[in-house]
Amino acid sequence: MKPVVIRGGRVIDPASGRDERTDLVIEGGTVAGFGRNQGTPEGAEILDASGCVVAPGFVDLHVHLREPGREDVETIETGARAAVAGGFTSVCAMPNTDPVTDNQAAVGFIIAQARRAGTARVYPIGAVSLGSRGEQMSEFGELVTAGAVAVSDDGKPVATAHLMRAALEYAQSFGIPVVDHCEEHTLSRGGAMHEGLTSTRLGVTGIPRSSEDVIVARDILLAELTGGHVHLAHCSTAGAVRMVREAKARGVRVTAEVTPHHLALTDAACEGYNTNAKMNPPLREAPDVEALRAGLADGTIDCIATDHAPHHYDAKEAAFDDAPFGVVGLETALGVALADLVERGVLDLPALVDRLTARPASIFHLPGGTLRPGAAADVVVFDPASRWTVEPATFFSKSRNTPFAGRALVGRVRWTLVDGRVVHGRAS
Amino acid sequence: MSPGPNLGKDLLGLEYLAAGDIRLLLDTAEPFKEVSERAIKKVPALRGKTIVNLFFEASTRTRISFEFAEKRLSADTVNVASVGSSVSKGETLVDTAKNLEAMRIDMVVIRHPSSGAARFLAERIESNVINAGDGKHEHPTQGLLDLLTIRDHRPIEGAKVCIVGDVLHSRVARSNIWGLLKLGAEVAVCGPQSLLPMGIEDIGVRVFRRVEEAIAWADVLNVLRLQLERMQSGYIPSLREYYRVFGVTEERLARAPRELLILHPGPMNRGVEIDSRVADGPHSVILRQVTNGVAVRMAVLYLLAGGRPELAEAAKGGGAGGER
Amino acid sequence: MPPTERQQLMDAGAIEQTIHAMARDILQQTHDPAHLVLVGVQRRGVELASRLARAIADASGQAVPQGALDITLYRDDLEVVGPKPIVGPTHLPVDLDGRHVWIVDDVLYTGRTIRAALDELADFGRPARIGLAVLVDRGGRELPIQADVVGAPIAAGPRDHVEVLVRELDGRDAAFLISEGAT
Repeated sequence: MKPVVIRGGRVIDPASGRDERTDLVIEGGTVAGFGRNQGTPEGAEILDASGCVVAPGFVDLHVHLREPGREDVETIETGARAAVAGGFTSVCAMPNTDPVTDNQAAVGFIIAQARRAGTARVYPIGAVSLGSRGEQMSEFGELVTAGAVAVSDDGKPVATAHLMRAALEYAQSFGIPVVDHCEEHTLSRGGAMHEGLTSTRLGVTGIPRSSEDVIVARDILLAELTGGHVHLAHCSTAGAVRMVREAKARGVRVTAEVTPHHLALTDAACEGYNTNAKMNPPLREAPDVEALRAGLADGTIDCIATDHAPHHYDAKEAAFDDAPFGVVGLETALGVALADLVERGVLDLPALVDRLTARPASIFHLPGGTLRPGAAADVVVFDPASRWTVEPATFFSKSRNTPFAGRALVGRVRWTLVDGRVVHGRAS
Repeated sequence: MSPGPNLGKDLLGLEYLAAGDIRLLLDTAEPFKEVSERAIKKVPALRGKTIVNLFFEASTRTRISFEFAEKRLSADTVNVASVGSSVSKGETLVDTAKNLEAMRIDMVVIRHPSSGAARFLAERIESNVINAGDGKHEHPTQGLLDLLTIRDHRPIEGAKVCIVGDVLHSRVARSNIWGLLKLGAEVAVCGPQSLLPMGIEDIGVRVFRRVEEAIAWADVLNVLRLQLERMQSGYIPSLREYYRVFGVTEERLARAPRELLILHPGPMNRGVEIDSRVADGPHSVILRQVTNGVAVRMAVLYLLAGGRPELAEAAKGGGAGGER
Repeated sequence: MPPTERQQLMDAGAIEQTIHAMARDILQQTHDPAHLVLVGVQRRGVELASRLARAIADASGQAVPQGALDITLYRDDLEVVGPKPIVGPTHLPVDLDGRHVWIVDDVLYTGRTIRAALDELADFGRPARIGLAVLVDRGGRELPIQADVVGAPIAAGPRDHVEVLVRELDGRDAAFLISEGAT
C-alpha cells in the first residue's frame, strides 16, 4: 500500500488536542506522523489540502442502511459509499431491517457486506428485543461477540419500562449502551408532524413534545436506577435537552445525539405538505432548535448523528399523512452543520469536529474518531468555505428524500480515506 | 368594470383566498340561487365541460350537491368512488392524477381522507381542482355556503360566530374560521379542550369552555357533528356526557340574550350535539344551507372553469368588444 | 396613436323622444296589449324597459309587466373571455307562455346577446311571440337577427364603439359614437 501525505491542511483532531496547519503522513494504513515539510516517503501519494481542514473521518452513530430487506432504496454498499462522500468513515447501522438484526447471523451478514463494499466501516447495532417486538430480550452476548456495538429497537421505543430496565442492567455485562428512540405511542398516535400552530393550519394530526419527553424522563430515571448507559437517539425537544443537562449534572450515564435537520429546520418546512420534511421525531419549533444548538455547544448533546433514512421516491410522492417518515442525511450533514452552526457562531470548527468524531466514537467505544499516531488512517479532508447547492440527483445514496434540495450549503468533502486508502475523492 | 377574480386554477381552501375573492364567490352565488328556482334548472354555461367527482371518502350529500351544481351548469359529470386501503392510498392518488390528465378532464372535485390531498392533485394536473374536503384540512365550499347562509340573514362583518364541537378534527371548522376572519367576523370556538386544536387563539379565535358562555356571546352558532369514534379514541368520556355539557338544547337557547342563528353542516346527530327541537326550530337555517350549497358550488365551478387567456387576447384583437 | 373622436349622437331630449316613439311602435305591433311583457337585458336594457313600460302604460292605460334577463350564463364566448364576467340577477314576473314578449336592449350589434337571450327565454317557457326593441341599431350583424322596433339606426364601423348612458346608472341620458382615428 502506498504511503499518503496530506499536505498543507489545517489538522483538527480534538481527541488528541491538535489544531494546527501541518502535514499528515500515512504509512501502512495508519497515521505515521505529523510535521511541516518532513521528507516525503518514497512513492507517496500527495494530496494537496491547502485551504482545507484535515480531520478524523466522521463517525455516525445512527444510520439506516435498509439491507437486508429494502435493497431497492439503499444497500450497505450504496449507504457506505454515501457515507464516505459525506466524510463519514464509520457508521452504525440500526437493526430495523427485514429481517431485524436480532441474531448473530444477521450481524455477521452486515459486517461481511460492508467488508465487501470496502468503503466506510459499518458497525451493526443489534435489536433490544427479538424482532423489535418489545417482548423478549435478544441475546446481547451473541450480538456483541458477532460485532454489534450497541442495542436499540429504533423505529420504535423500547416497549416497556420493565424491558428498558432489564436491557440497561443486562447490557452492562457487555459494556454497550442501550439506544432509545423516545416516543410514547399513545401520545403520538396518528401524528405526522409536530403538534403546533402549523399542524393546526395544515389539518394534520400532531405529535406533541411530551411524546418524546415522557420517554426521555423514563429512560433517564431507569439509567439512574440501574447504573446503565442510555443513549438518546435523535433528540428534538427543548425538554429533552433540559432533562439531559440536569441528569448529567447528577451523574446519570446518559448521552444524547441530534440530527443536522433538527438543528437547521422547524415545522415550517412542512408547509405545502412537503413530505421530504416528514420524519420521526418531527421538526419542531424555533425554541427547540435553539435549545438543541445550545445543548450541542455546551456538551449536553454529545454528538451529531444523521438518522439517515432512505425512502423510495414513489413512497414519498403521496399525501402527507400517507408518506413514510424519514430523510437521508449522510451527504448533507457537513454542509448543514457548517452553514447553520459554524457560520452562525453556535460552534467553532474544532467543536464541530469533536461532535462528529471524538465524542461519538467514545460513546460507543469505537476505534476511530482520532488521528493519534498509530491509529487507523480514517481521514476526511474538507473545504470549509466551499459553497454548493444540494442536487439530490447527484447523491451516491440510492434515495433522494432530503429536505435540503436546492439549498445552499457550506463545506464540501474533498477526500475521504479509510485505512489510508482514498475511498472518496473529488478533484478540486 | 370590476377586477377579475384572482382565484387561480384551483379552489383548495379559504385560507389561501383574499377577502375580495371570497366576496366575489358569494356574490356570484346569488344569481345561481335563482337558477335552482326555475322550472328548467339548467343554464348552458359549462356545456361541454367534463367534471369528475373523485370521492375517496363516502359522502352522499356533498357529492349530490356537486352533481346538481354540475348538471345545472350543463356539464358532463362522472362519479368515481374509490375506497382505497391505507397502504395504497398514496399510489392511487398519483396514478389517478396521471390518468385524469391523460383523459383531458376539465375539472376534478376531490374528497380524500388525507390533509393536503387536493393540493397534491392540483400540483400534478392541469385541470381545475376543487377541494370537497381533504382530511382535517379544509372544506372550502362548505365554508362558503355557511358564509352565504349567514349573509342571507345579517352582515358577516362584526357578526359573532361560535363554532361548537369537535374543532380539532373538523375541516368545516377550519374553512369557516378562515372565511369568517377574512370577512371581518368575530370568531370563537367552544368544546371540550381535548377537541380544540393547538394554537387556535394565535389565529385570532376566542375559546369558550362552556357552551352557555358561547350562547351568551354569539349571534350565530355553527354546530359540528360529533363522531362516535371520538369517544372510542378517548377524547371524551361519552356521547351522553357531551350532550349534557355541550349540547345545543332548546333550554340553553331560551336563555340566550338575543336571537341566535343556528347552522349545522350535517349530517346531524340528533340528541348528541343538537336537539331536534333546535334543528327543526325557527332559528335553524340548516335546510337553507343545503339549498345555498348548490348555488355556491355552481358559482365556484363557473368562476374556475375555462378562461383561456390567450383566446381572450385574440378575441379582443378581433374587435368583439363588450357589446354585441 | 391616432386620435379618438367622440361624437354625441343623442342627448337626453332625443332619447326621451325616441323612447316614446318606440313605445308607440311596440303597441302598434302588439295584437293584444294585455299579453304584453317587456324583458330588459341587463343592465341598461332593464332601465330602458322600465321607461318603455311607463310610456306604454301612459299611452294604453294598461300596466305592463316587466322583467330582467341576465344572459351571461348563455353567452357563447364564456370559454374565451378573460376573467369570468359577473352574473347579474334574472327575474321574470309572469309566466311567459302565450305572451307577446318584447326583448329590450340598448344597442344591437353582432346579435349574439339576443341569441343568448332567446335561448334563455326558451328555458322559461313558450311565448306566443317574441319581438325585439332596441334603442340603437349599429349594424354589423354576425347572426341572422333583426330588431322589430329600432329607436335610431346608426352607421358604425368595426373600429367604432357605441356607448349609451342612462340616467339611472350613469347619471345622465346620452348616446355617443367613439371612433378610433381614421387611417
